[in-house]
Amino acid sequence: MTLRRHFLKGVLGLSVAAAMGSAAYAQDVAKIGLILPMTGPFASTGKQIDAAVKLFLAQNGNTFGGKKIEIILKDDTGNADTTRRLAQELVVNDRVAFLAGFGLTPLALAAAQVATQAKVPEIVMAAATATITEASPYIVRTSFTLPQASEPMADWALKNNIKKVFTVVTDYGPGIDAENSFANKFKAGGGTVESVRVPLRNPDFAPFLQRAAEAKPDALFVFVPSGIGAQFMKQFVERGLDKAGVKLIGPGDVVDDDILAGIGDVAIGAITTHHYSAAHDSAANKAFVAAFRAANGSMRPNFMGVGGYDGMRVITEALKKTNGNTDGDALIAAMKGMSFESPRGPIQIDADTRDIVQNIYVRKTEKKDGELYNIEFTTIPMVKDPVKAAKK
Amino acid sequence: MLTILFDGIAYGMVLFVLACGLSVTMGLMNFVNLAHGAFAMLGGYITVILMQRLGVPFLLTLPLAFIGVALVGVVLERVLYRPMYGKNHLDQVMFTIGIVFMAVAGADYLMGSSQQIIKLPAWLQGRFNIGGVGIGKYRLFVLVICGILAFSLQWGFTKTRFGSRLRASVDDARVARGLGIPVNRLFALTFALGSGLAGLGGALGIELMGLDPSFPLKFMIYFLVVVTVGGTSTITGPFFAAMLLGVADVAGKYFVPEIGAFIIYVLMVILLIVRPDGLFARGRA
Amino acid sequence: MSMLEDRVRASLLAARRWHGAEIAFWLLALAVFWLFPRNLLLLNEIAILALFALSLDLILGFAGIVSLGHAAFLGLGAYAAGLLAKHGIGDPLVGLAFAMVVSGLAGLLASPLIVKGNDLTRLMVTLGVALILHEIANSWGSLTGGADGLQGIAINPVLGLFSFDLFGKTAYLYSLSVLFVLFLVARRMMNSPFGLSLRAIRDNSLRAAASGVPPSQRLALIYTIAASYAGAAGALIAQTSQFVSLDVLDFHRSADVMLVLIIGGPGYLYGGMIGAIVFKFLQDTISAFTPQYWMFWIGLFLVLFVLRGRTLIHGGVKLIMFRLPARVRGKRS
Repeated sequence: MTLRRHFLKGVLGLSVAAAMGSAAYAQDVAKIGLILPMTGPFASTGKQIDAAVKLFLAQNGNTFGGKKIEIILKDDTGNADTTRRLAQELVVNDRVAFLAGFGLTPLALAAAQVATQAKVPEIVMAAATATITEASPYIVRTSFTLPQASEPMADWALKNNIKKVFTVVTDYGPGIDAENSFANKFKAGGGTVESVRVPLRNPDFAPFLQRAAEAKPDALFVFVPSGIGAQFMKQFVERGLDKAGVKLIGPGDVVDDDILAGIGDVAIGAITTHHYSAAHDSAANKAFVAAFRAANGSMRPNFMGVGGYDGMRVITEALKKTNGNTDGDALIAAMKGMSFESPRGPIQIDADTRDIVQNIYVRKTEKKDGELYNIEFTTIPMVKDPVKAAKK
Repeated sequence: MLTILFDGIAYGMVLFVLACGLSVTMGLMNFVNLAHGAFAMLGGYITVILMQRLGVPFLLTLPLAFIGVALVGVVLERVLYRPMYGKNHLDQVMFTIGIVFMAVAGADYLMGSSQQIIKLPAWLQGRFNIGGVGIGKYRLFVLVICGILAFSLQWGFTKTRFGSRLRASVDDARVARGLGIPVNRLFALTFALGSGLAGLGGALGIELMGLDPSFPLKFMIYFLVVVTVGGTSTITGPFFAAMLLGVADVAGKYFVPEIGAFIIYVLMVILLIVRPDGLFARGRA
Repeated sequence: MSMLEDRVRASLLAARRWHGAEIAFWLLALAVFWLFPRNLLLLNEIAILALFALSLDLILGFAGIVSLGHAAFLGLGAYAAGLLAKHGIGDPLVGLAFAMVVSGLAGLLASPLIVKGNDLTRLMVTLGVALILHEIANSWGSLTGGADGLQGIAINPVLGLFSFDLFGKTAYLYSLSVLFVLFLVARRMMNSPFGLSLRAIRDNSLRAAASGVPPSQRLALIYTIAASYAGAAGALIAQTSQFVSLDVLDFHRSADVMLVLIIGGPGYLYGGMIGAIVFKFLQDTISAFTPQYWMFWIGLFLVLFVLRGRTLIHGGVKLIMFRLPARVRGKRS
């Protein structure tokens, strides 16, 4: 055999090995397309989830089911068109095995079609409108739904001598969800409700709160997106509503752990229902909060952060269950019915709806150790999303 | 109900202070400055930084915001705006949009995207209750300050030499120059004054309108409406336009919350159809 | 008089002839389908933006109307096409036609506002109308989906043959074809007596009126046509992404398209397309580094461009498009 033949054989052998090696390498990686609003008005959501995802990987390594996790973080600036384009590019160009994140309802909905067409699981870690999980059979949610949090509020109000409520919500999916589920439950129990909706962009609460003040309700039920709570609270106090004896109630978004310190003492006394408080009294949560603060300059985790943390848990547990198989249908099947202990309490992914089932806590905003916290005093266990449950 | 009227007037007062600088600038140099809101935002952020990082009391930050932004106005006018005077309107519009974009992104980068919250001094918090009408203390304060400003501006415009020179230049710059009036210097001064007022308005407006990096874009339309409806040759024109706008906006959101948000746009379009040259404009040859 | 007419006719005919650079441009636009198969989503966006900029060129470049609210028609077209598809009629060409009719009508209705009043009034009115539409779309959630966007749009395959795939293959060719056809129509229109009269009105409307050209009518007509072209671009957005959000009516869309047009240069129909390519390329590259702060760089680019850069880029383009072919032709004859 000539030198040339040897040489050619060697090159052939090398290239086959290289091809196999690179193919093998590619097969060993499971990419997660993390689409978050890292800038723009909802940047706080993106920051929390990004921090939580990093924390999870730092604590648990990044190999699951034989696959190495690679996070591709993309900023959609809170714009739904951008989310859709990013989702498409991640699926087509980067061949991600999971799409995750989605800081707002329109963003989650924008990517739904992409998830269905490409058969890629979409893990919703933040958005909270009830119908999101119905937009695609590949959507799994680890955040919460507004009806899940709002209905128990109605029950509590009825039990605590509140007869007339004025509701102020932001006019988009979750806000309308909150208003409807609260109002329906409350009216069914004999209470009266008056409602207004504030636009999502350029919220100006003054005229709406003036109306609320003149209606002289027993309580004001409020839902605004995470991050806008401080503005609302200021106007609430400026109108003198707290002094007029109007209780502030609603889902916990308005006293979000992230901004609670910035709101100041005006928030004390607010009663809210939510699925997560940084003051939740469990060993898992204490460890979570401590590790989160240590890694993020004493920034507190909020319900967005815990949604991201548990989302990663769901993804990695699913990969372990399928033994590294990244087929979309297999992964979704693995996620259905999954249950574990989260920093917020026990959670479960409903096998029928792929939505999250979790405890809802009634909490009061109080000062503890010199900082403001939402202290839980009642637990409503394993609440399913009522909107979908009612459809059955 | 009267509370809403009061709220609307206070809101309108702030709008006036914010927009009157733009009105005179546009009247004087026929220059469409869409970046006016950026100056207002700058004033707001100066107040925030002074209060939060240096512990300066709120009242003191107001004149500082005015002076700070006026200085920036002087510099920018000299360096950036002057080359643009001769250019056509399209170029001017694009130029000022470019400045707004830079200001918005810059504010986002330096100060973050969230709404800025300031703590008002205790004597400005809360409300009075006068005969059943709730009057917010801060809004009353704003109303008084802006009212004084409006009077001074009107007095300065109509009763001083500076004011009459300014009016002459607005009416016909060429003839004014021919009379020996230093129009360019006048303009630089007016631009500085207008920007300073915008900065002051931005500082006053933090409590009422909020402050975040998208402020210039959000309120651009408001300023432009005040100027278009109020005309550019008087102080009283924009004043009444701002009042009208403020009351219509607040009352609209109160009475018809579902469509309250675009009452002012409809109002503006109607006004412009009926009176294309503005509500208070004097005839221009 | 007839000698003048002959001269005008001859120059119009000459303008209608296809330059080498133009043919090369369109062939290249087609070729990128095979050259850059991984970037078809981006290329589709460029084609749509080019059409939108073309529509603005019709009113800005040829008729001198400065509009700060052109996105109003983009949004109208998008929602019209989206709603039509959502409620049963999924054929893309029907949707396209419907969107063009709807936005054209809107342009017609708005034209009296545009035609009278000075520059400033026009700016305000166009801005105001766009903002009104934005608010309506925001508030009328039951129709438009509000802040959550229009869901459930299902588009049938183009001509019954080419379905919209995840890679953007059909999308790009569809958008490119629509752009080309509409461009051909615009080209023919602008190199006609009608086009000439528009330019006359733009340069000196008083004089044009004195010469017997009715400015209001012509302006209203071109505004309607431009509105329907913008509506077509909107329909393309709705159909190729099968989703419409409020962003389509946002102010930044109007501002961006103006920037696109002035990058390429108004008044010769290709400016919008060239501007769209440059703009999208810039946006894609810069956003990869800084997704939100790219606004800063675009702003800086605008400022520098208006202060200095115009003559550089436009001089270069004019050189390629007009002077070189003329020189080549001169050499041949």
